[in-house]
Amino acid sequence: MTALSDVSTHAMASARWRISEVAFWVLALACAFLFPSRYLIMTDIVRLGLFAVSLDLILGYAGIVSLGHAAFFGVGAYSAGLLALHGIINEPVIALVVAGLVAAVLGFLTSFLVIRGVDLTRLMVTLGIALLLEALAERFSDITGGTDGLQGIEMQPILGRFAFDMFGKTGLFYSLIVLFILFLLARRVVHSPFGLSLRAIRNNPLRAAAIGIPVNRRLIAVYTLAAFYAGIAGALFTQTTALASLDVFSFERSADLMLVLVIGGTGYLYGGLIGAVVFKMLQELFQSITPQYWLFWIGLVLVMIVMVGRARIHRWVLFVPNLIIRQCAGRKAAVTVPEGDAP
Amino acid sequence: MTIALETRGLEKSFGGLRVTRDLSLKVVQGARHALIGPNGAGKTTVINQLTGVLTPNGGRILLEGYDITGLSVHKRVLRGLSRTFQINQLYADLTPLETIGLAVSERMGRGGDWWRRMGTRNDVNAEISEILSRFHLLDVMTELTSTLPYGKQRLLEIAVAIAARPRVLLLDEPAAGVPESERHDILAAVAALPREVTVLLIEHDMDLVFSFADRISVLVNGGLLTEGAPDEVARDPQVRAVYLGETTDV
Repeated sequence: MTALSDVSTHAMASARWRISEVAFWVLALACAFLFPSRYLIMTDIVRLGLFAVSLDLILGYAGIVSLGHAAFFGVGAYSAGLLALHGIINEPVIALVVAGLVAAVLGFLTSFLVIRGVDLTRLMVTLGIALLLEALAERFSDITGGTDGLQGIEMQPILGRFAFDMFGKTGLFYSLIVLFILFLLARRVVHSPFGLSLRAIRNNPLRAAAIGIPVNRRLIAVYTLAAFYAGIAGALFTQTTALASLDVFSFERSADLMLVLVIGGTGYLYGGLIGAVVFKMLQELFQSITPQYWLFWIGLVLVMIVMVGRARIHRWVLFVPNLIIRQCAGRKAAVTVPEGDAP
Repeated sequence: MTIALETRGLEKSFGGLRVTRDLSLKVVQGARHALIGPNGAGKTTVINQLTGVLTPNGGRILLEGYDITGLSVHKRVLRGLSRTFQINQLYADLTPLETIGLAVSERMGRGGDWWRRMGTRNDVNAEISEILSRFHLLDVMTELTSTLPYGKQRLLEIAVAIAARPRVLLLDEPAAGVPESERHDILAAVAALPREVTVLLIEHDMDLVFSFADRISVLVNGGLLTEGAPDEVARDPQVRAVYLGETTDV
């Protein structure tokens, strides 16, 4: 039965690892070894990347827009901070998971508000929830430290062995490992039948229900999962910086995250990671040119990306390699953005 | 005779407009039942109530004797009621393979599996491959749906409804908009539907209705005008006046 084996091969094709993906992770690891003086910014990028993967899960796959994703980041950050500060859970990895779970519970509870309504409603509801939490954190300053944030967090060694050092080396490798593990999990999820059903819901919710997909249940599940990821990103923030202040809930944090995905593209997971790298590099670059007005340049880049279109930029970037390959190997072998990677 | 699908005193209003009026309809198991009516008779509203997209203001809907009036759309599908859409409702950036895979997975209760890759269950694969080949879609299964010719998309529209393995299938104008050259494939696919599947056909095309249906209900202004075998309906003077008379100019 060749048709049957065809079906299974093609069905599995999308989940196969591409060389470019392996290259991406090798490069990421190489950077960690090559630039020992840049641990802090690389850790920053890794955290932002994980946070962006979280938003991509709901935005790129399920089509849920959010302007308040910092709510879960913040809850994860404060959870990790409080756990360490009061010595409730001293081991960072366990504390990380617990902080993620706290964010996931909040995600589950608020998902019922978010799945109803259209995009604009969702933007407002998510934004509202984040503002609400920020205000609550300020109000209950005896727990959260108010505007000063949590003071005097001391992190214990990871697994009782690897102490956080002042250069941020442990922090970077710790974050990178967490990112990689969670990325593998996300990758498995989006290539599963569950992940496919999310894409179906984003594509056409009417039809999704008409073929038997329980739309609301799937959206609740992915929203909860994304909240878990965002919570972990927040907890990593607290653990690697020993800080948690009100700005973890800030609107800017949620908005920056949107920018990251606009830069990197949605719906293929790597968009969040690439976007995080580009966003942070641009931020560094522009800040070194004009410390005060760097936002102007970020804004300009964004407008350009949206106006010109990402697909076209990809084509420009690949113009030279394509030209060389065409010279060497003829027309057919031109490099293109793989189907699954095209935003 | 067992009744597969039944409505009892169905009512639906939009504001002051009564779109469905006291509609009681019985579709016998295994029937090829057609629901016809002039434009604006409320056929689509009826379908949307049957499938759960709209909630009726009154009356009940029974699927094989079981009251489904309050069930959500996807639960009705799992109970064996599925539909096709008059205007294709497909996934533009998924392939036919993925589209059929979704429906088969959900029916087998495997649609929520998040821990395994797609294509790793042979029972699902076997059924996908069987449906794709039955609807002549094997050769295009890895192409994006949006790039398929319209006739193929129309076949996929029927195939994905069948993939839910319904016992009652609602066909909403299956041949609508299909060019003459591709029409034959659609009609053949409709004619080849398994006999045990009860079909309720909503259609404008009188040739299709009279060649396919063994029972016809005529809907006018949201209410049932008459019902009977095709030849009875064709002879009915009322029907000729309100409906068939109108279509002579088509």
